[in-house]
Formats: sequence, C-alpha cells, structure tokens
Amino acid sequence: MRTRIVAAAIAVASAAALGACGTTAPATTPSGSSSASQLSGTVTVFAAASLKSTFTQLAKDFEARNPGTKVTLSFAGSSDLVTQITQGAPADVFASADTKNMAKLADAKLLDGTATNFATNVLEIAVPPSNPASISSFADLAKPGVKVVRCASQVPCGAATDTVEKAAGVTLNPVSEESSVTDVLGKVTSGEADAGLVYVTDVKGAGDKVKGIAFPESDKAVNTYPIATVSSSQNKELAAAFIGSVTSEAGKKVLGNAGFGAP
Amino acid sequence: MKTATGYQGIPRWIFAVAAVGGLLVVLPLLAMVAKVNWPQFIPLITSDSSLAALGLSLRTSAASTVLCVVLGVPLALVLARGDFPGQRLLRSFVLLPLVLPPVVGGIALLYTFGRQGLLGKSLEVAGIQIAFSTTAVVLAQTFVALPFLVVSLEGALRSAGNRYEAVAATLGARPTTVLRRVTLPLVLPGLASGAVLSFARSLGEFGATLTFAGSLEGVTRTLPLEIYLQRETDADAAVALSLVLVAVAGAVVGLSYGARRSSAPVAVQP
Repeated sequence: MRTRIVAAAIAVASAAALGACGTTAPATTPSGSSSASQLSGTVTVFAAASLKSTFTQLAKDFEARNPGTKVTLSFAGSSDLVTQITQGAPADVFASADTKNMAKLADAKLLDGTATNFATNVLEIAVPPSNPASISSFADLAKPGVKVVRCASQVPCGAATDTVEKAAGVTLNPVSEESSVTDVLGKVTSGEADAGLVYVTDVKGAGDKVKGIAFPESDKAVNTYPIATVSSSQNKELAAAFIGSVTSEAGKKVLGNAGFGAP
Repeated sequence: MKTATGYQGIPRWIFAVAAVGGLLVVLPLLAMVAKVNWPQFIPLITSDSSLAALGLSLRTSAASTVLCVVLGVPLALVLARGDFPGQRLLRSFVLLPLVLPPVVGGIALLYTFGRQGLLGKSLEVAGIQIAFSTTAVVLAQTFVALPFLVVSLEGALRSAGNRYEAVAATLGARPTTVLRRVTLPLVLPGLASGAVLSFARSLGEFGATLTFAGSLEGVTRTLPLEIYLQRETDADAAVALSLVLVAVAGAVVGLSYGARRSSAPVAVQP
C-alpha cells in the first residue's frame, strides 16, 4: 500500500517537473494537481524522416507519462511535410531536419511562436561492413573506381555534402545522386555502392549492416533540427508539452543515444 | 455509340456516376495545369537537366518497348496458342508486375542483377555491371511494361482465333511461315496498341528505377525521377515537367487509338 502511494506521488511529481520543462506550459501550484494530469487528447506530430526511431520512442514515453494522451506521428522528408502543412494537413507540431524548411513555415505565418532548436546532425561515410573499397577518409571517396552514392544538391543532405566537398577540396564523382538519405543508405546496405554519404544517426540506426567512418570536414556542415507548434493546432497546450518532452533532459538522452548532437 | 435500333441500353443514372469517374481523373490534371507558371514554362522545361531527363526517358522507353516486343510476342503466343502444364501459372507470373508495387519490382531486380544479386556476381565476373547504369533503367522499365504487351497481344490472338492459321497449315505452310504471313499481320493492331501501352508505362516508370538504378543526370535520372527531385526545391519546374509528361503520355495513347482505328479494317483483309 505504502509503496504504491509513494510511487504515485513520484509519478505525479515527475510529470509536473516534465510539464514545467515545456516553454509555454501553464504555471500550476506545486502541490496541486499537476499540469500533466490536465493534458488529454491527441497531438499530431509531423517529423523529418531521420527522426523516425527517436520520435517513436519519445512519443511512447510521452504517452506513458501522460495517460489519456495520444501522439500520432507522421514521418516524411521535411520539405514534403512543409508542403502538406501549407496545404492544410492537421499537424500540431512540426520537427524539421533543417532550419530552411522551418523558415518556410514561419514565412507563411504558420508557426505559433518561434521554433526551438533541439538537435544537430552531421554527415558520416557509410560503407558496407567489409569496406570493399578500403575507404578511410573523405578524400578516398574520390579515388577512381569507387562507387559513391550521395544525396542530390536539392535536398538537405545533398546541400551538406556540397559544403563538405568544398571544405575538403575534394570533388566527388558519384554513381548516383539520390533524393533522400534513406535511398543513399539503401544502396550501401544492399552492397550496390562502395560508400555513401549519410548522417551519423543513419549509420547508428542501420546497426551492423553498415560501418561508419567519421571525417573531420563533417563539422563544416552541421544540420540543426528545429521544432515548433503549428499555428492551426487545436491543442496547443498538448503540443507545447510534447515539445517540452523533446527538449527535456530525458528527451536529449534519447536523441543522444541515436547519435544526434546537442544544439 | 448508338446501335442500329437507336437503343442505348444505359440507364440515365449511369451517366451521372460515369461523370464523377471522369472528373476524378480530369480534375487533378486541370488543377495541375492551373498551377503552371506559364511565363517561365519554356525556360523551365528546356533547362539542361530537364532536357537530359526527357531525352533519357524517351531513349530508355524506346529501348524497353523494343525489348518488350522481342520478349513479349513469343510469350503471348505461348500463352494464347500453347497447351502445356503450368500455362496458367506462367500467365499469373507474367502478369504479376501489373499489380506489384514498382518498388517491389525494384527490390526484386536488385537481388537479381545487383552486385550481390543472383546473376549479378557472374555478370560482374564477365565485366558487366548493371547497377547505376542506363541498362538498369531499361531493365526496370521492361519488367513493369512487359505485361501490358502480353495482355494486349494475347487478347488479340484469342479473339482472332486460329481458323486462318489452320487453313494456311493445310495448304502446306510451315509454322514459322504461318506465324509470319498469317498470325502476326492478323494481330498487328493488338501488337501496336500493346507496344504503345508498354512505351507509356515505361515512360512513367518511377519506383523500380529509383530502387534499382539510382538517379544520376543523363545516366539514370529519367523524367519522373527529375520531377520527384525538382519538387524538393522548385515546385514550378516539377509542375512544368509533369505537364510535359502528361502531354507525351496523352499523345502516345491518342496515337495508339488512332492507329488502332485506322488499321483495324486492314487487318481483316486477307
């Protein structure tokens, strides 16, 4: 009996603490019913494809901590999500893989308040576990006969690749320029390509299917991930609470485990 | 179309539903046309990358169509005229790409012709590399387009029947001569419309190409892949190129109907 009461008290207290992390969470009396207990309903989160595993985890944690709430997730390329939101898709929260796409929503006056940066990501070389082309540096990618796959310049990972290329003074001669980072990773995991330029988090997420090779030039192109409430949201309180859980210490830990850096 | 008696045989309400069906197809196309940035249209579709993609699409689709005819005509003949165990099974398999998501086709091709694939290793030993090449694009397009040719031609073969062929055979013509002089001329309209459909399907192929061939300007980035990429940064270019694809596809389908109508009576003349 006693332990159950204590456990309940801890749960309420931690929920209140987490609620307080949210930037716009309403102030509540510390001893009274916590803000978390008032949270209910569904929050729809549109997140960049690279956030799939972390946000799935974060959503599960959030629902467990706030009974009665439900987090619906939709993952796609950031620019696709921006298009969907501007066309009226019912999103409460938008988490972008770059600041450029978030700016598009801000320019369209579709954000509630300003966006918060919550994570960073850098490029890494992914090679098949056997590393058939013996890649050990960024310059190795330009060796003749090496089949390199990268993102096209039009997408964020490709823009980052361009920046790194310039910083390293190396010109790549890719066999394919994919339109998404998952397609690049797919060409490496299937063994078709000798190397691909993807994000650190993609390498981590692929487990032992690929080997990651970090390179110093990658810090010339750091991708920043912003998150914000969408202005048309019907449940801004819940949206703010979810954003709060992403930017909380617990959230940072989940993101850090997946390879994301702190902003 | 009215019959000789003037009786249409279609309840009025069918027209209302048919109109909804028609709108479902036409309305999105009109909405897209309305989105076209006309002052910039010509510069958008004549940019280097657009022209490279259009040229590649036309070349690979033409090659796939030839491949479809070369492989599809024997297949259709075997399916329509042959009589052997497993015939129905073979037909089901040949038609499978019609209903298969193209990306599944791409994965299947990858595990066949890819570097780690079933045939890929032997091919690489022989010095042939298919992945990331234009050949891969043609293979992907042929995979998805072949059933269109087989279905059209098999239907034509069945409806033509084999009476003329039997007569030719009794007159002493050998099977190859019968095929060349009787069967093929008889089903030429069906073959033509099948080829045109294959071409159109090849032109629109996206998923299998993206999965299997990759995307590189002038090598593997066909028009649909270029549209998909342009959409990321330049919606105007994507819409303009989409319209080009619709126009080309429309012209191709229109041509095939025209050809079928004008050549149909010719085929019946012995």
